[in-house]
Amino acid sequence: MSESRKTALYNMHQKYGGKVVDYAGWALSVQFEGLNPEHENVRTKVGLFDVSHMGEVEIKGNQATECVQYLITNDVEAIVDGQIVYTFMCNENGGVVDDLLAYRYSKDHYLLVINASNIEKDVKWILENTKQFDVEIKNISDDVSQVAIQGPLAQKVLQKVTDTNLDEIEFFHLKRDVNVAGAKCLVSRTGYTGEDGFEIYFDNKDAETIWEALMENGKEEGIKPIGLGARDTLRFEATLPLYGNELSADITPLEAGYGMFVKLKKESDFIGKAALAKQKEEGLKRKIVGFELIGRGIPRHGYEVEVDGKKIGVVTTGYAAPTVKKNIGNALVDIEYTELGTEFDVVIRNKPVKAKVISKRFLSKK
Amino acid sequence: MSKIVEGLLYSEDHEWIKVEGNEAYIGVTDHAQHQLGEIVYVELPAVDDELNAGDVFGVIESVKAASDSYLPVSGKIVAVNEDLEDNPGLVNEDPYANWVVKVELSDSSELDKLMDAKQYEEFCNE
Repeated sequence: MSESRKTALYNMHQKYGGKVVDYAGWALSVQFEGLNPEHENVRTKVGLFDVSHMGEVEIKGNQATECVQYLITNDVEAIVDGQIVYTFMCNENGGVVDDLLAYRYSKDHYLLVINASNIEKDVKWILENTKQFDVEIKNISDDVSQVAIQGPLAQKVLQKVTDTNLDEIEFFHLKRDVNVAGAKCLVSRTGYTGEDGFEIYFDNKDAETIWEALMENGKEEGIKPIGLGARDTLRFEATLPLYGNELSADITPLEAGYGMFVKLKKESDFIGKAALAKQKEEGLKRKIVGFELIGRGIPRHGYEVEVDGKKIGVVTTGYAAPTVKKNIGNALVDIEYTELGTEFDVVIRNKPVKAKVISKRFLSKK
Repeated sequence: MSKIVEGLLYSEDHEWIKVEGNEAYIGVTDHAQHQLGEIVYVELPAVDDELNAGDVFGVIESVKAASDSYLPVSGKIVAVNEDLEDNPGLVNEDPYANWVVKVELSDSSELDKLMDAKQYEEFCNE
């Protein structure tokens, strides 16, 4: 752990009693009060996350739009300045290099927000594949801290520490130079929990001020700091994928069930387009499904999935899901077992346990 | 601070043992349940299973992960706490009142290798 990097909010993890672990090379709290109460707090009230470990890459210049279009599967020409898309960077085979958010400041200026564990790989990938474009690419990950405030009361709390009318920031839109607790921030209405909320980016030096302002002003709303454990159960229930689980270099976005973020019809070419178009045309051979365990036990990432003793897939995420209150998971399985209602076995410690394919929309709310 | 109960024996894997004659109740310690966080599932062995010291006798799962529980002494499982199947959170509520298995000891000399409350407290503080 001594080798883990510390975010600018490390002292806050200590102060608020976080159980600090190494995550993607960073010292972050897996939990504060406890995973279930934290999860519940975000679903019903509001929670504050330190997500400073996430990476940020700026792409600027005359050909910024062309460059980003070539790197990602989604379409940043179809959105307006101040808007954001969720997207994938794929390899030539259509496998996922990373999933990310692309923030469009203008047609000449973008911010890509990438996964902490992939920063090095992504930056190398971006630099190697964009030599033909007239752009300036800057990895600003080390200079930028980030918090996420999530939950039905998130706006109410954040509004107390900013004079910007937050109603002006729509879902998946951003605003720059927002004054939050006296600091200059980028604020976007995004998040990774399935709840309303904001992600706030700022200079490392402002990290503690912003964190403490939100904690102080959120007292009445019952704000709590939230650890990585609840971050994962929240995102999973909300059907949001995790790199390394639902997404990897060997799984395409189509197989993961996120075809809506792959714009095969966009005019410009992008890395992986041909492979993904071919896969779509030929049809998928396997796909990620949601399932519910019928027998006793808890499905976990990496458990094998079988039918009549024959391996047909693998669990990508599984939990005793706190809000849904069921033992559910995602599994990448052969295509003939993906129909709703199909039964298969999840092998839990050498024992096949019956499971049934259900909709991945685990959380039926709103 | 985790609770440690006098009069019980303790293993390095954070199980407690309460010996009654030739039989013993076994559960997980308060220290262990704190480490695990909210327990959502307890997998129990079958009654009449004969196990050696160090064998996995059950699995305690928290929201985040599954953790094996190791039998501190050899013996035959004579009872399992079925209440934990429906209400695994009992281990969080009171880990000493909610035993996991009851074992008929096959070699009581193995008890000598376990720690008493004081030794276990020192072990946890190391």
